[in-house]
Amino acid sequence: MILILAAIALQVLGGTLALAFSKRPTLAGKVCAGALLAGSASGLPAALGALAGGGSELVSLPWSVPYGSLSVGLDALSALFLLPVFLVTPLAALYGVGYLKGAEGRRPVGASWFFYGILCASMAGVVVARNGVLFLVCWEIMSLASYFLVTFEDDDEGVRDAGWTYLGATHLGTAFLLVFFGLVARSCGTLDFDRLGALAQAGPGFASTLFVLALVGFGTKAGLAPFHVWLPEAHPAAPSHVSAVMSGVMLKVGLYGLFRTLVILGPGSSWWGWLLVALGLASALLGALYAMAQSDMKRLLAYSSVENVGIVALAAGLGCLGGAAGHPGLAALGFAAALLHVLNHSLFKSLLFMGAGSVAHGAGTRVLDRLGGLLKRMRWTGSAFLLGSAAAVALPPLNGFAGEFLLYLGAFSASTTERAALAVPSLLAIVGLALAGGFAAAAFLKAFGGAFLGEPRTGAASGAHESPALMLWPLGILAVACAAVGLGAPWIAGWISTAVGQLAGLDPGAVEMSMERAVVVLSRMTLGGALFAVGVLLLALLRRALLRSRPVGHGPTWDCGYVAPTARMQYTPSSFVQPLVDLFAPFTGVRREGQAVKGLFPVPGALRTETPDRLWQGIYRPFFRTTSGVVQRLRFLQQGRVQIYILYIAVALLALLLWRLR
Amino acid sequence: MSAAPAVAALVLELALAPLLLGLVVRTKAFFAGRKGAPVTQPYRDISKLLRKGAVFSRTTTWLFGAGPVVSLAALLAGALLVPSGKVPALLSFSGDFLLLAYLLAAARFFTVAAALDTGSSFEGMGGSREAQFSALGEPALLVCMAVLARATGSLSLSSIYPSLGPAWVQVGAELVLVAAALAVVLLAENSRIPVDDPTTHLELTMIHEVMVLDHSGPDLAMIEYGRALKLWILGALVAGVALPPTPWGLWADLLLFVVAQGILAVAVGAVESSMARLRLVRVPELLVGAGVLACLSFILMVG
Amino acid sequence: MGISIDPFLVALILVNFMLLGSSRLLAYIRFVAVQGVLLGLLTLTAPEGLTVPAVAMAAGSAVLKGVVFPLLLRKALGGAGVRREVQPFVGFTPSVLVGMGALAVSVWLGTRLALPFPLVSPLLVPVAFFTMLTGLFLIVSRKTALAQVLGYLVLENGVYAFGVPLASKAPLLVELGVLLDVFVAVFIMGIMVYNISREFDHIDAAQLSELRD
Repeated sequence: MILILAAIALQVLGGTLALAFSKRPTLAGKVCAGALLAGSASGLPAALGALAGGGSELVSLPWSVPYGSLSVGLDALSALFLLPVFLVTPLAALYGVGYLKGAEGRRPVGASWFFYGILCASMAGVVVARNGVLFLVCWEIMSLASYFLVTFEDDDEGVRDAGWTYLGATHLGTAFLLVFFGLVARSCGTLDFDRLGALAQAGPGFASTLFVLALVGFGTKAGLAPFHVWLPEAHPAAPSHVSAVMSGVMLKVGLYGLFRTLVILGPGSSWWGWLLVALGLASALLGALYAMAQSDMKRLLAYSSVENVGIVALAAGLGCLGGAAGHPGLAALGFAAALLHVLNHSLFKSLLFMGAGSVAHGAGTRVLDRLGGLLKRMRWTGSAFLLGSAAAVALPPLNGFAGEFLLYLGAFSASTTERAALAVPSLLAIVGLALAGGFAAAAFLKAFGGAFLGEPRTGAASGAHESPALMLWPLGILAVACAAVGLGAPWIAGWISTAVGQLAGLDPGAVEMSMERAVVVLSRMTLGGALFAVGVLLLALLRRALLRSRPVGHGPTWDCGYVAPTARMQYTPSSFVQPLVDLFAPFTGVRREGQAVKGLFPVPGALRTETPDRLWQGIYRPFFRTTSGVVQRLRFLQQGRVQIYILYIAVALLALLLWRLR
Repeated sequence: MSAAPAVAALVLELALAPLLLGLVVRTKAFFAGRKGAPVTQPYRDISKLLRKGAVFSRTTTWLFGAGPVVSLAALLAGALLVPSGKVPALLSFSGDFLLLAYLLAAARFFTVAAALDTGSSFEGMGGSREAQFSALGEPALLVCMAVLARATGSLSLSSIYPSLGPAWVQVGAELVLVAAALAVVLLAENSRIPVDDPTTHLELTMIHEVMVLDHSGPDLAMIEYGRALKLWILGALVAGVALPPTPWGLWADLLLFVVAQGILAVAVGAVESSMARLRLVRVPELLVGAGVLACLSFILMVG
Repeated sequence: MGISIDPFLVALILVNFMLLGSSRLLAYIRFVAVQGVLLGLLTLTAPEGLTVPAVAMAAGSAVLKGVVFPLLLRKALGGAGVRREVQPFVGFTPSVLVGMGALAVSVWLGTRLALPFPLVSPLLVPVAFFTMLTGLFLIVSRKTALAQVLGYLVLENGVYAFGVPLASKAPLLVELGVLLDVFVAVFIMGIMVYNISREFDHIDAAQLSELRD
């Protein structure tokens, strides 16, 4: 515990020092990254120990704040969510040092590092907080710090808009959390997490209200559909190392809140599970579908984060259903899949965001239809991005597959039970996950193929250059981590079994047994995956040996007999996904402008497609427009004179007093 | 139980897979009133290609060579997982069909990526179609597996297939539906008529063939062999559903299975000879139909 | 115990899906005919076995639905000389998916609906429900008047399938009544369709609304 607190202190220190050195931006970045590395060196072993050991610690200090004490704690669940914080943030910081080189002198790089350090510390703080007030304070610091990081390039209007959207969304979510904690405080008289036992007696209606509030509040942060609309705006707008941390780590903190709520509220009624399954399926399918339709690389990745959060929610929903129905196998596999996928997604998604950042850095654009051929020019970045993509579409033996495998396994085992209440959601999960997997494969083939393969489509792409070493190493380390977690899945599943037991809330012995069985299955599955990897190596060697003694020629690509194929004849990334996007047009709402080329001597034609988010267009925008219309009418209140504001305060205080004394 | 039949089954699988392709071609020739190439032609093709050099496009990178390598490795690993009728596979565990499905996905991912690496408009188009159809085919395959798992109460291919016998008595009608759905998946995954035509000569209309246009020499040999293995693997999933157990033990079962694979190849050839290819916009309907069939039998079993 | 009834029921479901997924009126007529014959066979599998009234009824309905109606409708189609596609309001793939939903609902209803006597198969009620829902959906979602007539027939088939478990309980008269009713309905509609098409050169139900006062 002490080590964790030391790590948090080092993170704050890094941020503060960076602010102090803000006159020398490079040094500020290096200092901040160094402090974060030191913090991780202290915190990571402690977190791993707590995860595998399974003990729980609690440190409380008396604190004169209503509803409790200043208490922080560490248990298996917290330890698991600390892993992304300590693994990803220092790597992203190192990457950021290289990434922000170009911005030095033009933008407040030092201040950005300050917020970065604070963000890391607050995320760790949220995860270890054991008191509602402390939790909310850290939560708010996290939201604000990330807002300032998102609006780093604040001279761009799009970035400012994205920042506002983010700030609004995150505070709407926080509003629900305030109500949540308010209700908890009123019913228990305290906000210390370890003294909320009274909630269990509060009756199912109250618990369900709390669950829905938490789902909306934390779901907004996590980017669960239909509360995800801020995410595809904010993540692409931020600098890439910040996007990596936001997608890879901060979304997980939102999910942590949801999981912590489940632990506090205990096993609920089965409709919680159904709700989670429904929202998870919606997120997974819509996220993957929209990801496929995007042409901006980082937007595509942001929507893919929505998909992955959906997969986690789906897994947790199945876990809840298993818990409510007393099916330890499903409960264990569902929650294990959710937790494992949390870890996996933080690794591959931060890798991918940094890869996209390197593309923007090296080629000057993130629009896929203007890229191409970068694998020749950015060999290492491209290879790491390929590995991240393969992990994201859950190809064995990488880490993405391990989590989805557990989820599928849970669903399949529940689909063989007699109870229709378990078999039906399981079948839905299987169909949804498979469909989302197909969309994700198309999306990542589009992203990787569009950016890195073929011929460059523009001059910018053909002039691209490989990133400096400081931006390559983090990618490499994350890529190795993706492969290592994939091949080490059985051990990791063994480590998370304590956290799974916390969540499942059933007979610990039965859950433990299911987890042991899952570990055995996972080890055989990993053996299969490893054999596949060995097969790739052997065949590659064979191919090399065969080609060594043979004549090997080089020529242009076969193009149906055309003499001089040009880059403009390539299939574009947008065309690549067009059949699927059109097939699901009722959901994607794809719009097309322009006309087909006609006649023998056609005039120049143009075609434009876009896929705006239906939820944003259909629900949120009208809502906010109405709200802002109403609020505009209240502008007369804002007179700009101090006296009037003092009057408002006085009137408010008086009104409160009168209400109290009534 | 000794592993001898399982090892023998794997050897047969690796050795006889190209024969299936030969059988399909031979059947088509028979229906067209031609004599056709000998059934061993695929072996000759592969060995010839293995002895050749290669030509690479200047656009391509290392990934282009990785495509066939990864695909074939995935299919070889998949071959370890598939039981041969009643004979269990060498590697089996709960949910092994998931690994199989995702190994097929890995093969596809790298095949499409290698196609995109050439920068050709046609290969991009083929990859695009492949991505579309496989996104619809995969749910169908997995739901079929869910039905089989529910019918037998087990979660591993090697225990599902041997215990299908009793299931036929209870849920026979549902199993027929699943076999039909699996057959559609087989045709789609192996780029067969009515989804794709392996013998078409116009790049514009191809799906699988156009993606591998630029490969040559040993790479093409790997692709051809992978294609044969894929037909064998998916064929095993289909044939295994229909296969009755023999009373004479595992070796007889194995023999029966190999015969059934041959019959299946002839059936594929017959389908190819008797049907026209579907219009491309119709293919999703076929695949959704297969998924619906599978879901239907699941609903019937739950109800 | 008669022959197992399940294969027939599953075949009925499949026919319903084919109806939902096909686009040609001729195919519709053929599928509805197949459904009629299947229903006739279904009656034969009733637990009482092959009693004379059962065989008579089975034969009667099979001939009527499998031969007479299809011939009539085909004649109407040939005479009307219209487009031979059903012109859906709802596309074919969505229709099939709607069918999936309807089937799931029917299965759920079937488990909830307690009948006072044991059934030959637990599938019977869901299948009957599903057939009725398919018929309703066809009537609602297809433009051509002829397709609507066919939808009506499918609906009636569902009602008939519902009657199968009651065959021994309910008097034959009810069955005959229903059949006669449908026969008249199809007859009248066939004539109507024929005449409408002669008058207006098309049988698009969407435009029939122009006839309202």
